Amino acid sequence: MEYFNVFITGGILCVIGQVLMDTTKLTAPRILVIFVVSGAILTGLGWYQPIVDFGKSGATVPLPGFGYALAKGAIEAARTGGIMGALTGGIVATAAGVAAAICFGYLIAIIFSPKSIR
Amino acid sequence: MENKKEKQKKEIKKRQAKEYENYVKQFTPKPKYFMNSLKAFFVGGLICIIAFYVQTLLMNRGYSEKDSGTFVIVFLVCSAQLLTGLGVYDTIGKFAGAGSIVPITGFANSMVAPAIEYKKEGIVLGVGAKLFSLAGPVLVCGISASVVIGFIYYMMNL
Amino acid sequence: MQINRIGKQTFVFHNEPNIIGAAAVVGKKEGQGPMKKWFDVILKDDSYGEKTWEKSESKILKKAILLALENAGKTKEQIDAILSGDLINQLMSSSFMARDLQIPFLGLYGACSTMTESLILGAVLIDGGYAQNIIAAASSHYCTAERQFRMPLEHGNQRPPSAQWTVTGAGSMILSNQIRSQQMIAGEPAKNLVVTHATVGKIVDAGIKDVNQMGAAMAPATVDTIMQHLKDTGREPSYYDVILSGDLGMVGKKIVKDLLLKENIDVSTVYDDCGAMMYEKEQDAHSGGSGCGCSASIFSGHIFKEMRQGKIRKALLISTGALLSTISSQQGESIPGIAHAVAVEGK
Repeated sequence: MEYFNVFITGGILCVIGQVLMDTTKLTAPRILVIFVVSGAILTGLGWYQPIVDFGKSGATVPLPGFGYALAKGAIEAARTGGIMGALTGGIVATAAGVAAAICFGYLIAIIFSPKSIR
Repeated sequence: MENKKEKQKKEIKKRQAKEYENYVKQFTPKPKYFMNSLKAFFVGGLICIIAFYVQTLLMNRGYSEKDSGTFVIVFLVCSAQLLTGLGVYDTIGKFAGAGSIVPITGFANSMVAPAIEYKKEGIVLGVGAKLFSLAGPVLVCGISASVVIGFIYYMMNL
Repeated sequence: MQINRIGKQTFVFHNEPNIIGAAAVVGKKEGQGPMKKWFDVILKDDSYGEKTWEKSESKILKKAILLALENAGKTKEQIDAILSGDLINQLMSSSFMARDLQIPFLGLYGACSTMTESLILGAVLIDGGYAQNIIAAASSHYCTAERQFRMPLEHGNQRPPSAQWTVTGAGSMILSNQIRSQQMIAGEPAKNLVVTHATVGKIVDAGIKDVNQMGAAMAPATVDTIMQHLKDTGREPSYYDVILSGDLGMVGKKIVKDLLLKENIDVSTVYDDCGAMMYEKEQDAHSGGSGCGCSASIFSGHIFKEMRQGKIRKALLISTGALLSTISSQQGESIPGIAHAVAVEGK
């Protein structure tokens, strides 16, 4: 049952992205930005937490989940660490993923070469 | 007076552009909305399932939910970047559309894809800078949003 | 002084510059399409053994030029100037090709309209007596254009059905004031190709902003140039055996036909588009080919050879360009379209 919820939640979030791409002229980077920021705002309003509780990875793996992690980190740190917490919380909470993406991405980009698509 | 005429001209141009855009629509093939959405749904859902499977595996071994969650994200990011390097991810993307763009793997892909292409321009200003040409805006907007939200919560708690 | 212009925008070449040689070099994907038998060289690998895509494009262009020279029976010392262009910033491919060949060089940017732009100016130089032999050429490469104008190659995005595929390829023609020595093709004396008229187009901007709608953005400019050409010369579309536009693709082709029909000009029997001809439907190129190399390779491959054989007698070649830049589309500007027409006859 949990797997089903994960599948449905992740799938629906992707369909929203697909519909945005097909019906508007939004390009992929813009959609990524919209998703992350709306994830963060929804978390700030307290509306994303129920989705995470229901969909688990289905809600945290898509990009709104990245916004969720950022906002959640900032909110929690603001409670405990005051103003400095509000400033650092988001980055601290997502540091592992971002650092991995930067470091490993850099490595991959140096090792591999682009291919002409055929 | 002159300004008014200019404005009117602009209005007319805008209207003509709109009319032409509508006229062009009849010749433009439509995307296959339903099929595209279905593919996006399945691939996106599948990526989330894989993530959930790995996470449960780790949690069963006694890792905390937070640690295993972080590990899953790192795992997904690295696999997507490896697939990008191997030249597979763009093929998946062509099939799945948003299904492989919206998950965090799409973010990882959008970092490596431009960087890999600017390899010949050097590893500092080529790869180093282009790593952020698509992902930069996401990080900038996401982190800014988190700081603003954190600050609002701090103010509310005062 | 004699004015060599008729009507508003059309040049008449009284000395009729000859096209004495041509060659087309294309990439792998183009070489699998319906036009494959007309190309002189089809690459097995789009990198052409070079380290960067820009160098590959430059090499493809150089190859097309050298083959055209060979085809015309000229050496590069006999050439007075190269007129050439491509899509990359500061015309990298063309300039680097000219650096190797050491022939006087004029770089041209007309986006995808470069092939006829270079043909027109080459014909003008010869007709005016400023040159005896001129190379007119243009090139584009999928991998260089894609990363400059659109998305990185490895990025997993989807293209809408109206998107076009940048052609990897180059075409080159040798223009001369002298007729080429008589040659035989399949037992028949080969026809001599001459440039008789040229219509320089003006920019028409229909207000399209979507970069995946290039065909629609350029179609009004194409229609404008065709109508101006017919008006200036007093000709009917049926005067030509072929009217061929550059890279409007499936979508743009339909729009041009419809727009002309609205003006009571029926071109349906003679009109086609290089972009729509370039790929098979199964090749997943969506609306068709685009880029300077699209019209350049088809004009220099297909059309040149058919005309030499006398299968096409009179052709109106129109390369079409979308004069946008990466900055202009980010700033929300609409796409300016342009089209230049060249009338070529086999005699």
